[in-house]
Parts: sequence; C-alpha cells; structure tokens
Amino acid sequence: MKLNSNIPEAGSLEEKWTKYKSKMNLVAPNNKRRIDVIVVGTGLAGASAAATMGELGYNVKCFSFHDSPRRAHSIAAQGGINAAKNYQNDGDSVYRLFYDTIKGGDYRSREANVHRLAEVSVDIIDQCVAQGVPFAREYGGLLENRSFGGVQVSRTFYARGQTGQQLLIGAYQALSRQISTGQVEMYNRHEMLDLVKIDGKARGIVTRNLISGKIESHAAHCVVLATGGYGNVFYLSTNAMGCNVSAGWRAVRRGALMANPCYTQIHPTCIPVSGEYQSKLTLMSESLRNDGRVWVPKKVEDAQAIQQGKKTGLDIPEEDRDYYLERRYPAFGNLVPRDVASRAAKVACDEGKGVSPTGLAVYLDFTDAAIRYGKAKAHSMNLGSSADYKKLGQEVIAAKYGNLFQMYEKISGENPYEFPMKIFPAVHYTMGGIWVDYNLQTNVPGLFCLGEANFSDHGANRLGASALMQGLADGYFVIPYTIGTFLSDEIRTPQFSTDLPEFAAAEKAVKERLSMLINIKGDQSVESFHRRLGKIMWEYCGMSRSAEGLTKGRDLIRELRAEFYKDVFIPGSVDEYNTELEKAARVADFLELGEVMMVDALDRNESCGGHFREEFRSPEGEAMRDDENYTYVAAWEWADDGNHVLHKEELEFKNVELKTRSYK
Amino acid sequence: MSGDINLTLKVWRQAGPKAKGKLESYKVVANEHMSFLEMLDVLNEQLISEKQEPITFEHDCREGICGSCSMVINGQPHGPQTGTTACQLHMRHYKDGETIVVEPFRATAFPVLKDLSVDRSAFDRVIQAGGYVSVNTGQAVDGNSIPIEKDLSLKAFDSATCIGCGACVAACPNGSAMLFTSAKVSHLGLLPQGKVEGVSRVKGMVAQMDKEGFGMCSNIGACEAECPKEISIDNIARMNREYTGAMLGSE
Repeated sequence: MKLNSNIPEAGSLEEKWTKYKSKMNLVAPNNKRRIDVIVVGTGLAGASAAATMGELGYNVKCFSFHDSPRRAHSIAAQGGINAAKNYQNDGDSVYRLFYDTIKGGDYRSREANVHRLAEVSVDIIDQCVAQGVPFAREYGGLLENRSFGGVQVSRTFYARGQTGQQLLIGAYQALSRQISTGQVEMYNRHEMLDLVKIDGKARGIVTRNLISGKIESHAAHCVVLATGGYGNVFYLSTNAMGCNVSAGWRAVRRGALMANPCYTQIHPTCIPVSGEYQSKLTLMSESLRNDGRVWVPKKVEDAQAIQQGKKTGLDIPEEDRDYYLERRYPAFGNLVPRDVASRAAKVACDEGKGVSPTGLAVYLDFTDAAIRYGKAKAHSMNLGSSADYKKLGQEVIAAKYGNLFQMYEKISGENPYEFPMKIFPAVHYTMGGIWVDYNLQTNVPGLFCLGEANFSDHGANRLGASALMQGLADGYFVIPYTIGTFLSDEIRTPQFSTDLPEFAAAEKAVKERLSMLINIKGDQSVESFHRRLGKIMWEYCGMSRSAEGLTKGRDLIRELRAEFYKDVFIPGSVDEYNTELEKAARVADFLELGEVMMVDALDRNESCGGHFREEFRSPEGEAMRDDENYTYVAAWEWADDGNHVLHKEELEFKNVELKTRSYK
Repeated sequence: MSGDINLTLKVWRQAGPKAKGKLESYKVVANEHMSFLEMLDVLNEQLISEKQEPITFEHDCREGICGSCSMVINGQPHGPQTGTTACQLHMRHYKDGETIVVEPFRATAFPVLKDLSVDRSAFDRVIQAGGYVSVNTGQAVDGNSIPIEKDLSLKAFDSATCIGCGACVAACPNGSAMLFTSAKVSHLGLLPQGKVEGVSRVKGMVAQMDKEGFGMCSNIGACEAECPKEISIDNIARMNREYTGAMLGSE
C-alpha cells in the first residue's frame, strides 16, 4: 500500500493551506442538506467538528458513550491552549509556533500539517472568546498569556487551571445549539463497536446502546472519528477511566492503519502512585513549571532519610539540593519539554535520590517564586522590606494555581504551600494514532480521524498546551473544509439504508463477539487483566525501552491475551446496562493494541521524543535519533496471525533543518 | 496493612428504572489513602470474585471536573467535604467501624437507571434551550477587540465552573435546577459576547427547566452548600432579575 499524504503541491509552506482552501472542491449548500455525516466522540475535536458541520448544513449524527457530550475527557485539560497571537510582543509568530512544534516533536511530524495548525491557532482563540470562554485577562481587560515547556515565548492562553473545561463547554454549547435546531442528532450513551464499509468506503457504524444493550446500525456518507487517545493501555494514566482505543481499533480491524503507536507521552508532573488499589493518576499542570523549581537532594543519604520519613524537603539546605533541570538544561531550565523532564526525573530516581517512601518522586518547589512575587507585591503596595514576602507571594501563587494546589492537598493529604510538592512522571497523552493524510482522511476512503485519535501533528513528543490547539483546529477549522474533498464526489450518492447486508453482517459480528466474551465465564475480573496489561506496558514499553524488553513484553501480552479469552469473568447479560461488559470489550482491544505498540517500538531503532531506546543514547544520556533510517511514519496494518504489516510514509523536511534537539 | 479501615456500606441497588430498589449491606476493608470511588472499586472486585453483579455507578475523570459521579453519601450529595466531588473524597475522612449509606441522586427529573446511576439528560436540554452564544465558526472578531474588565471576567468564570453534576438538584428538597440554570445564564449574561441574546436565553432556559419537571426554588440554599464547585446562590438572584426584566420587556 502506498501512503499518500496528499500534501498540496502548490505554494510555499506558508501559502499551501490558503491556496488549497481556495481551490478545493466544495459541497453546495443545497447538496449539504442531502449528505449525512457521522461524528463519533464529543471532546474538543468531535464537538467542534459536529457543531461546525451542523452550522454548514450537513446532517450530522453525533455519538458519545458518556451520558452527556460535556463529559468527554478534554474537560480535564488544565494548563492552556497555544496560539501564535504575539499579544505579548515577545517575538512570537506563526513560523515560531510551527518551528517549536516540529522541534518539540523531535522532527517526526509533517511540516505542512504543523504549519497549518500554527496558522489556524489564532482563529481558535477568537472563536472561543466569541463563545464566551472566560480566558484569563489582564487588568486592562485584554487576554493574558503564560509560558509552557519547550518554548521561549508566552503564547499560552488559559482559564485558571480549567482551560480544557472552559473550551469544551464552549464547544458543547455550540453543539447544543445545533442539536436544538435539529441539525445535529445526538446519541448519548452509545458506544461504537464496529465500522461499516460499503464498496470499500466508510458508510456507517454499529453501536451499542449502553442502557438497553441494543445493537444498532447508523448509516451516513462518511464517518469521522474523534475518540481520543489510548493512554489507558497502561492502566494507570492521567486519562479518565472511560478513555479507550476501541472506536479507532475497530476501524483498524476494518483496514485503517495505526501510525506511530509507540509514541506515548509521559508527563513529568503527576501526583506519585500511592498504592496497589490506585485507579488513576492525577496530573499537576505543566504551567506549574513556570514557577516551580524541580529538585532532588544531592546526597543519597538525604534522600534515604526522606524516604524513611526521618527528614522532609525543608530539612535539606540550599547547597545540598540539586536543581537538576536548571543544571543540565540552562537555556530552558525547568521549562524543558515533557519527554526531557520525565527522563531526567527517572535518572534522578534511578540514582536513589527519589523523595517519597517508594523512592519514585522528585520535588516541585514554589518557595523561590513565592518570595519573588511577594517582593514585587510588597513593592507595589509600599510595604517596605519588613513585609512577609513568602506569605504575600503565596497569595499570588494561590490566585494563579489555587485549584491545583487544592487538588494536590485533597489527594496527597499534604499542604503544598508548606512542603514542596512531590511529583513523578505518568502516562498522559498518545502522539500516535490512526494514520491520516493532509485532509485528515484515513487510508479507508470516507473515514476521517481528528484530535488525539489521529497521529498527525505532534511527531514523537507533544508540547504543552498543544493538544487543545490541535483538537479545536481539526474540528473548527480543518475538517469542515477538507471533508468536502471526499463529499464533493458523493453529492449524487443517495442516503444509505441500514437494511443493506453490510450492516446486518457487522451487527451479527458485534453480537457474536459480545456473546463470546460474556460466555467465557472464567474466574478473573476484567479489571485484573487490565492492571496486568498496564504493568507489562509500563515495564517494557514505558519511559525506557530496549529490544530485549520489548521482545519479552510482546510475548507476555500474547500470553495475557490468551488467558483473557479463557478466564475472564463478566457478570450480567449482554442486553442490559452492563459496565463490566463495556470494559471487557475495551480491554480486549487494548490487549491487541499493546502488542502493536511493542512491535512498533522494536522496529524503531532510534530514540526520539517520547520513544527512548536504551541502546540509542548519547554518552550524556540524551536521546539519539537516526534520521537517515527512521525519518518515517510507521503505519501498521493489523494481522490476526501476528505478522503485522509496516507501511512507511517518508517524512520530507524542506523548510526545517534536522538538528539534534538541544535545550541546553 | 497500615491505614486499613473496616466499613459497612449500605448501598442502593436497583436493577432498572422500573424495578423496585432497596439498600443492601456490604462489608469492605478500605485504606485511608483511597478515594471513595477506589473503595467502591475494591467492593466491586470483591462482588465480582463472588460472581455477583457489581454496583453500577457513574465516574470518569476522577479529578472532580467531568461531573459524572452522582451519589449521595450519608445524606449529602458528593459526601461531607465542602467543595469536593465524590471522586475527590478520600477515605482518610472515615473511621474504622463506620457505616456509610450510599444512594443515587434523587429528583423527579433524574430518574434512576441502575443502582447509583441516574439520567441527567434534562440538563443537556436546558442548555439546548439557549445556554450558548449564537456565533458560527469563523465569524468571530479578534479576541482582544473587546476588552473585558478583569473582575467581571472573573465573576463570569466563577459561574462557568459548573460541572453539570446535578448535586444542586439532588440537594434541593424541591428538586430545583435553579443553581445550574442560573450559573449558565450568569456566565454568558455577564460577558459582552453573551449579553446580546440575554432575553431569549433566560426565557428559553427557564421554560425548559420547568418542562423537565424540576421544582421551584424556595431559597433554602442547600444547592450552594452542596455544590462541589461552590457556585454562589447569588447567581439565582441574578437570574431572577434577568428573568423578570425579560418578561416585563416582552409584549
């Protein structure tokens, strides 16, 4: 299979999107009325896409497994959204955002896609403000910005620590408006369990009504997946409990390709694991690294005393602290990209310098920032030098990050204003996803994929505050246009009926699969299999990988999968509200995806971004890419016999010079 | 294990919307570091190992932001901690030997689906009745073209933090959705972008709220007390003013 990225030939990098847009085939308003579009997922990408396509006049059917579109996991994004507005006059530009994203992604993403993302970023902010998204503002009433990892400008727009919530509510409201006009038909509590193709084109889906258990078919001219990332393959992650790969994986089982599945992002600032019962991990926003300084004790003895509870961080004098990010990466300091910060934390903990009972945590300390802010505040209030800088500064810190500090205290039971926060890396985001071309169309005609679910814009590592940007760019400003490239050829295609044999066959297959799962009647719970899968993934395909480990990990997953199909126990029946059955189908898909992730990581004999292979590192421990042999997108075709087929899309860099990524 | 506590749980079990429900007792050993939902996970794993049906409850982000969790713990929606959702409630607030009663959110407009899971789709329909700004994608002017006073923006933000969980309705003896609806009316009504449609918004949302079977507000204030996002009851007063104005202004 030849993968064609369909990047427009015409124009320079800066002109491509504009030229392409003005020349692409469109669907006239009278024809849009006759065309049905299915959108699966209502996060930032799905909700914005469904709302915008509804506004344009398409008949949209939108699906969510949640009870309401507003529950999608985009809601939990904390820190912010990037846009090349240059409101701060600090030298930002579309090109700089493009360049930062390409570099941040370790030169493993497509130039043209990323440039388009940077271009439309500015429109996103305007749209959201118009919807009533209450972004942070300065005293003059204008929008405020802050800085995120891997960049040297302040281009991140934010809404306290709840940016994702506010943006999603904006998109949800736009979607609600379309639902009220009847332009979008909303199906809550419906989970997609199969993709239906007719004559090779995606023409519908099979869903399960999660309340009644009813299996239903839905037909359309095309299908758009915006179903999020697959981080929950690791069981413990910052993802919500319901996040899963199933919609995308069902598409893979119908011929779509899974691209770069091994590119997973381990976020450096999460609350450390506290026990075996733990169900998920909680992120502390990257924005905290604007003001927090990361450190561990210089001496292993001090770290051991802390691990045993004999000392706290406050007992370690300044000269015995190692602010290792500032030391190793002076140019970016605490704001190095996530992959770099995570690996550095692992190195510190591997040296025995971790600061929690398990030894798996580092400090994030706000004392210096509090004093700095306190001084400024005391100065502006003419309080003189006798003022309590730390206390004054803590008020500023509270205004900036109050809800995050509160969340930390609720979970850890420790006051972060008093003691430095303890943090550790955790699985957060997946850069890999369904392969799409420039139009966001997969290799299956008529099947599109948006947001975190696709692989397109972040290469091997995503920069902070760029996920929200990509989700909304795809949904508001890309797919509403590019879907026309497919649909303009479909205006004579009549609406599809679900009476067609393809739908009956897909429904039958879904029913058989569910009934097979529930009739295994083994002895182990779905959750127990998921936990074991997560441990294998973290051990062999986590922050650090090796050929030996990946080979072993793959075998372990295959064994676990065989055991799952022999011994899983699902209570209840298929035709009722059955959360265990829902989970079982999702874990079954994770058990296949996990294997492909191992295969992909093993194929990629280099270290890049979130993919770190122990065999490929510099003497200083930095990642070593192999541009000569691995400047490609690895798109995998699933094969039941385990011989998954690799399709390569070579990446071409015509505007950016491939360099060793340095943040020193 | 250190930090373990023995608990008796009385949990509402109901097979379906029309089935008769009742409280069932369970023994569970929790750890003080667990969240409330992790404690329920442990109980569910226990039930599954005994080949029994686990307790159905809604949950997703477990970070207090998605608004999925919807349970009444010892008579209080989301339990005893102020400003805390059930998923953010930790077991360190409970003592060894305690009995905890767990029930679904109860309101006419929130029928029980199964066990602790209720149908809150009425909230979506209230939003669909006007809880938005009518601006199509691509129509917007530059984000900085309309400066908004910082305090006003913060006030709108406070109203916008609603997570749509429905605790306000569950807390209200009348099952009123005034806090939820007024939070949206205020969020948008305070901002210049949302002010334009203020009249039709408040009329539409209030009418839909009544249609869904939510009760009247009688100024008890339980909604504010139980709201995990501490949304102020001032929003209700503000909406009442806006509603009165809208009705007086109409023909």
